[in-house]
Amino acid sequence: MTAPSTLLDQLWSAHEIVRRDDGSSLLWVDRHLVHEGSHHAFAKIEARGLAVAEPDRTFAVVDHYAPTRNRARISDPKIKYMVDTLRKNARKHGLRLFDLDDPGQGIVHVVGPEQGLTLPGLLINCGDSHTSTHGAFGALAFGIGATEVAHVLATQTIWQKKPAAMRLHIDGTLGPGVGAKDIALNWIAKLSADGAQGHAIEYSGSAVRALSMEGRMTLCNLSIEGGARFGLIAPDETTFSYLGGRSYAPRGAAWNAALEDWSKLRTDDAAHFDREIRLNARDIAPTVTWGTSPEQAIPVTSTIPDPTVLTNGKAEAVRDALDYMSLDAGRPIEGTPVDQVFVGSCTNGRIEDLRTAAAVLSGRKAKVPGLVSPGSALVKAQAEQEGLDRIFVEAGLEWAGAGCSMCVGMNGDLVAPGKRCASSTNRNFRGRQGPGARTHLMSPAMVAAAAVTGTITDVRPLLKGRVG
Amino acid sequence: MPGWNRHSGHAVALPIHNIDTDQLIPSRFMSTRRKEGYGGFLLHDLRKDESGDDHPHFPLNRHRHASLLVAGRNFGSGSSREAAVYALVDAGIRAVFAPSFGDIFAGNAVNNGLLPARVSEDDYTLLVRILGESTEPADVALESGKLSVGEIEVSFSLDPSWRTKLINGWDDIDQTLQHVADIERHKTSWNQNAPWARPAAEAQRS
Ligand code: SF4
Repeated sequence: MTAPSTLLDQLWSAHEIVRRDDGSSLLWVDRHLVHEGSHHAFAKIEARGLAVAEPDRTFAVVDHYAPTRNRARISDPKIKYMVDTLRKNARKHGLRLFDLDDPGQGIVHVVGPEQGLTLPGLLINCGDSHTSTHGAFGALAFGIGATEVAHVLATQTIWQKKPAAMRLHIDGTLGPGVGAKDIALNWIAKLSADGAQGHAIEYSGSAVRALSMEGRMTLCNLSIEGGARFGLIAPDETTFSYLGGRSYAPRGAAWNAALEDWSKLRTDDAAHFDREIRLNARDIAPTVTWGTSPEQAIPVTSTIPDPTVLTNGKAEAVRDALDYMSLDAGRPIEGTPVDQVFVGSCTNGRIEDLRTAAAVLSGRKAKVPGLVSPGSALVKAQAEQEGLDRIFVEAGLEWAGAGCSMCVGMNGDLVAPGKRCASSTNRNFRGRQGPGARTHLMSPAMVAAAAVTGTITDVRPLLKGRVG
Repeated sequence: MPGWNRHSGHAVALPIHNIDTDQLIPSRFMSTRRKEGYGGFLLHDLRKDESGDDHPHFPLNRHRHASLLVAGRNFGSGSSREAAVYALVDAGIRAVFAPSFGDIFAGNAVNNGLLPARVSEDDYTLLVRILGESTEPADVALESGKLSVGEIEVSFSLDPSWRTKLINGWDDIDQTLQHVADIERHKTSWNQNAPWARPAAEAQRS
């Protein structure tokens, strides 16, 4: 009998080619996703005269710099340069490119799953920290830097040390208006932004099983904000029915073989975890950030921390964050006026996210301006078919094209200096949405609520009598 | 990338926690080609005011010759942008000493010859106290894992594989190319055992 193993163990050993004495493993990479930011890596392999080892396993996506309006003509020369460089590299190396006019274009972490490129049992790399998203399918997925991207391009392998295993077990039922984003902000606030460093998190428990694939992706996506590079959820019926029939997913006999193999991908009951954390979904309220790190998050019903009463060595950081965010300590976070809202990103730009935001906004007007950027062109088409775009537009929000957009502002969708934005994104870092921008992270439902009242607002009363 | 074992320079403290890679280099500078140099982007929005002038009090503006940085926990968290490391390296920084690092950042650092050295919370506090707002001559020894600043000496921890890589200036692609036969063997058996692992469109073509 083999020793009880975790899902992480199983995925790791399936991909391990060799292990060095120093503990580093050379791993086989099944999917390599690249985007405009991969230009340094392409330049590196070019400088060494190397080709892409496995072009059929490498996929290129325009997302970070994708204009969300008038995309046929890019006027900003920097943006044009970045998109053209990716086009040139994709052509040169024979890569499938999801270009701006492709019906499958979108944010890399939305596109991968949607196209069936992301599958259980695979190892997936991308030069982007939110690659942890793909772990929602039971894949070993992690973000890498440019030197490593060049390495994967050249060899289709990656050197990596096996992380420690951590289990985050969440039982219970989420209340109405509470979702995967709230679970994530909640545990990150508890454990801090480096709380899971060096660990791969496996999410388990009835609350996780009850999540849709969209919700699971949100949860795994945010693993990195708590310091973990990997998030994992064992695949199940929800996973399989999401993947069936997707463009690059296996078909026919291969599909049946896949289902048989994938069903075995689960942590053995007696397997050992280096750390175990338990939460109850019932205790989780809609959560918002008040500061400049995702760990600075509180229930919307709570008050802004007061540095003068803090004794845990965080007082200085709290003071700095409050200063940057221009907030008063000790005041309720609810009722804080916002200047604008944003719905989108690889965290919360999927169809379910747009549906929950639309459920709040339907028949209501936004008091502040805002932008809705779907996570992909397919999400956009689906939302338009369901009439969600009309709900947003009638509420007074702008409905734009797919891309990273205001999550990082590289395409020019920026929050102006000093402005406060309620945002469904993943990073409230200083200047993340633009120099001097003030970001409050929250779920898409909460962003919609902020739009309706023009302030940070508990979404729950706004959902009474509606399906949210 | 040349390897290194000892470095003597000047240390400066930046006692802030969670200095994320968006701080280390704001995203708007990331379309720059590497050969144009990234040093001027380092911590851009913390160092400069709206009109682009340096804040006179910011530690790195007062001590431009510093090559060793002491910083708060979770240094380099956030985005995987290797440009954050380019900004540090191009500004002449050789090592960062902090209680913890973002994992991807630390790996990127080692790939560019920059040392991400973990120090205990107590030693971090001690270093910040010694350095204050000034700068002190300091020595780093990779092999023994020691940093000395004036009279005091602190130990730092570093993954042994990273230590070897920094000292030898190893390049991963060169290392990997020694395993080409192993890679081929793995690929063949994986293709057989997990036929579903190849993208379907590719399977149809071949
Ligand atoms: S949406 Fe934001 S976090 Fe996600 S890949 Fe794009 S820039 Fe990164």
